[in-house]
Amino acid sequence: MTFTRTLLATSALVAVGSTAFADGHMASDMTLVSWGGAYQNSQQKAYVEPYIAMNEGVSAVWDESSAEAVAKLRAMNEAGNITWDLVDVVAADAIRLCDEGLAMEINPDEDLAAAPDGTPASEDFGDLLVSDCFIPQIVYSTTMGYRTDLVGDTAPTSVCSIFDTEAYPGKRSLEKRPINNMEWALICDGVAKDDVYSVLETAEGQERALAKLDTIKDDVIWWSAGADTPQLLADGEVVMGSTYNGRLFSLIEEQKQPVAMLWDAQVFDLDGWIIPAGLSDERLARVKDFVKFATDTQRLADQSKYISYGPARASSAPLVGKHIDLGIDMAPHMPTDPENAKNTFLYNYEFWADYRDDIDAKFQAWLAK
Amino acid sequence: MTSVPDTDASGRVLAADGTPLKQSLNRALRRQKVRALALIAPLLIFVLVSFVAPILDMLFRSVENQLIFDNLPQTVIVLEDWDANSGELPDEAVFEAFAGDLQIAIEKKIHTRIGSRLNYEKPGISSLFRKAGRKVKKWDIPNDGPYKEKFIDLNDGFADVEVWRTIKTYSGAYTNGYFLNSIDMQKGADGPEARPENEQIYITLFIRTLIMSLAITSLCILLGYPVAWILANLPSRTANLLMILVLLPFWTSLLVRTSAWKVMLQDQGVVNEVLVWIGLVADESRLALINNQTGTIIAMTHILLPFMILPLYSVMQTISPTYLRAAKSLGATDWTAFWRVYFPQSVPGIGAGSILVFILSIGYYITPELVGGTKGVFISNRIAFHILSSLNWGLAAALGTILLVVVMALYWAYDKIVGIDNVKLG
Repeated sequence: MTFTRTLLATSALVAVGSTAFADGHMASDMTLVSWGGAYQNSQQKAYVEPYIAMNEGVSAVWDESSAEAVAKLRAMNEAGNITWDLVDVVAADAIRLCDEGLAMEINPDEDLAAAPDGTPASEDFGDLLVSDCFIPQIVYSTTMGYRTDLVGDTAPTSVCSIFDTEAYPGKRSLEKRPINNMEWALICDGVAKDDVYSVLETAEGQERALAKLDTIKDDVIWWSAGADTPQLLADGEVVMGSTYNGRLFSLIEEQKQPVAMLWDAQVFDLDGWIIPAGLSDERLARVKDFVKFATDTQRLADQSKYISYGPARASSAPLVGKHIDLGIDMAPHMPTDPENAKNTFLYNYEFWADYRDDIDAKFQAWLAK
Repeated sequence: MTSVPDTDASGRVLAADGTPLKQSLNRALRRQKVRALALIAPLLIFVLVSFVAPILDMLFRSVENQLIFDNLPQTVIVLEDWDANSGELPDEAVFEAFAGDLQIAIEKKIHTRIGSRLNYEKPGISSLFRKAGRKVKKWDIPNDGPYKEKFIDLNDGFADVEVWRTIKTYSGAYTNGYFLNSIDMQKGADGPEARPENEQIYITLFIRTLIMSLAITSLCILLGYPVAWILANLPSRTANLLMILVLLPFWTSLLVRTSAWKVMLQDQGVVNEVLVWIGLVADESRLALINNQTGTIIAMTHILLPFMILPLYSVMQTISPTYLRAAKSLGATDWTAFWRVYFPQSVPGIGAGSILVFILSIGYYITPELVGGTKGVFISNRIAFHILSSLNWGLAAALGTILLVVVMALYWAYDKIVGIDNVKLG
């Protein structure tokens, strides 16, 4: 059986080769999962490339599967073969994965780097550690953009302009899901910001939000991909629409479209890493080493050179600099900038973890009507 | 000299080796069958393992409900004695059993999964379990009761009768809850009942999916038939050239074609711009061609058209042109010759194309999601949502099972009415 012997010998060689460069007991390759596009590029430039430069022999491959990460991780878990090492997900998905036992719980002060002044990670990230499994990277917001040439003389200043079809006739685009839309509807229907979720908890409150949305139902184009609203704005298909603030930044600053931001009642949300549960010791050691580096103060600040999302650490904020290509100051484009954050709304993770499926059923039934 | 076959005492014909001929023949045939089976075995095993087994596994999830049954075993037993309709909370025994079960579940880190499962039926249970987990972990069970007060102290969600009713309703190892849900019903206190009207959606979507798939199939026949006819009747060099035009879109990515339709059909899109420029449509009343059913039907008809043209073309190629000439020389008009002689021979192609297009369109979800707006989405969009986003795989499996059964039933009906032998791919 020479063939088998050769095969065994070769694979043994390959195995030796692949760990030869890795220091200690760490795996030498990682599979990172992210969203693709500009965001993944910012991660690649801000921390993956520096990390690889520092650790000879380590390689990282990307899998652009974050949108389906929850389902794919569950499938991998059931098949007993986790092929991902680190997964980028929004906070709501992190909570779901943590609940399902698919993500590993972390200890922030042990697993994450302290701030340069010694502040432990748990304080530096503060309230943004919304789940036991979640390692925050950025704060982004879902907010409105509008066509400056289509809104007439009075530019909109309030999120409620979306419901004002008389002052701003034309189509508007909203995301095809209840989250954010229900909150905005209630705020514009006169509910105080602090009461939104207690109203939305009741069946009457949900009806009320849908009734408000009903007033503009025929004027709305519902989007499901983050690129939709920027495209619709660029084509002049809609007067205004909601999307992620980073998408609007590139539409306005990079593509120079006649579009402006409407930061009013922007909804803050978080994006970050989770480590899948059930990794082998070598892989876990490598991932922990990487994630500690990738989420330290300087690296998170570096990321904002490439994309207009706010770093999740308090200590990173003063380090935010200029855009790498455009050379403009990034701080005024951050959702967290005081000028932009005059009126913000914090996404309630716990509420949506509980009510998402129920309200989604009602929302979809309403849409289909 | 006549050769008489050997026979045994009872008159059976014997083979050369003395065994009865029938037996010997059977053995030879069996050997042949085994050999044939061995030849297809790799494919058969591959299909079973990679296709049939996963489908069965997925279908099984539509009734499977082991999670609660396995992980809250004591609670499930004690809850049996509790009358869910009494309107009163279960007694201390249930709470004590629940405390014990929950603590074990927390150790196995499975309590949040139970919470998510129950949350599909009653919103709020997910966070109830997650919050309770942090506290119950530290309890000294069974020594620091009574647990009823302790739980209600912890979170008044535990004082909600509905929570306990939900646990009781979904405590069996198997449930019909997912199937009820997928036909807009739910498990009520006294058996199945209709869901509130503002949550009914699936029946509408099933019907819409069927009607729109039929519309798309008919449009494909209408558009594809003449194209296939031209292709089949042109000299082969020209036909091959035209064939490229049919195949080129077929080879292009689905997403590219769908996005192209967005550019064509939107309000400021190519079609509307041209119509306004010609003056057929006023500038302020541009046609709504996208983000509605029209958009889905146009885009999907285009995408599925090759699946109609190709089988039609290959069937039409086998129809000899002499039949038409013969019919005409016998005095038939053009129409009669086509309708009575040509068309019946092309029916197998229509059948094959229709089945392909219809079954493909029933399961489509990317195109409807992108161009369908709110009125043009299919049941598969909801299945995708439950698989990818809400992780309610049980419900997705139930919806998928119903879809599968509907397709099978339609296939059966087609076989009864038209006959499946009458379908040819060429």
